[in-house]
Amino acid sequence: MKTEQEQEVIVTPAELADAVREATHAVFSTMLNLELDSGRVSVEKVEAAPSSGVVSLVGLAGPWVGTGSLSCSAPFACKLAGQLLMTEYTSICEDVLDAIAEVTNMIVGNVKTTLESRLGAMGLSTPTVIYGRNFQTRSARNQEWTVVTFDVQGDRMCVQVCLAPNPDAASKAIRPGFPVPHLLNV
Amino acid sequence: MDVLIVDDSAAIRKILQRVLRQAEVPVGNVYEAGDGVEALAALKAQPVGLVLSDINMPNMDGLEFLSKVRAEPHWRDLPILMVSTEGTQAKVLEAVERGASGYVRKPFTANQIKEKLAGMF
Repeated sequence: MKTEQEQEVIVTPAELADAVREATHAVFSTMLNLELDSGRVSVEKVEAAPSSGVVSLVGLAGPWVGTGSLSCSAPFACKLAGQLLMTEYTSICEDVLDAIAEVTNMIVGNVKTTLESRLGAMGLSTPTVIYGRNFQTRSARNQEWTVVTFDVQGDRMCVQVCLAPNPDAASKAIRPGFPVPHLLNV
Repeated sequence: MDVLIVDDSAAIRKILQRVLRQAEVPVGNVYEAGDGVEALAALKAQPVGLVLSDINMPNMDGLEFLSKVRAEPHWRDLPILMVSTEGTQAKVLEAVERGASGYVRKPFTANQIKEKLAGMF
């Protein structure tokens, strides 16, 4: 029988979804002045990436490793950037990609803060943003993704997180800036 | 008063610059840096009266930047407000122990930044 210290720590999709909801609502209400619905939760074996639009990825590393991502259409990315920077954008540009990266960074960063009390300190990578058509992203590890799909004033956005214990945590230091490897098929 | 904003996100630098212009503290020139290395170089080139700095940045993070600034006697009293997604008590305490004058967690409202600045001056 395991002692209390040896009990395996688990994070359920429901916990991840709650953390994602809380963080996303905080960012949208505080910095974007946009109202979100409560979000629909699903658990996917394969990352639910769109075939076109914008995907922003942030890696988590430490005793637990994983990735958080935000994906949406190009017009909605322009809308988010416009709300954040108080400027109108009609097409994807550096400002829009940077804004989406920062929104993702704030959401995943707040999810991380929520989970750190139970899972231990984790590092956060700098965001990577992908924009294009007919692409898919895949995590190199076979993990489940907790996907929360939000409807925002007629638009749709997905925030998803995969997180798993790091088998190498005891022997390797945190390497912020190095996300879990992703395979990108363009 | 001249200000240095340190953040690897151009979006956040723009937002903070806008908030600073609305704040009650008198703001002159606003300089920008994308990481701690650039920030140290900027400080050496141009003295400022206030620094706003992120924590998670490439090359040199905000905590290391903070320690390096405080190690210099002439920058020991320079007001430095940390603005970061890092929100655990441990991280906030670490920033304060390294010499942060204040801490605001992202996401933030303009009023949170303004109130924090008002308390620092």
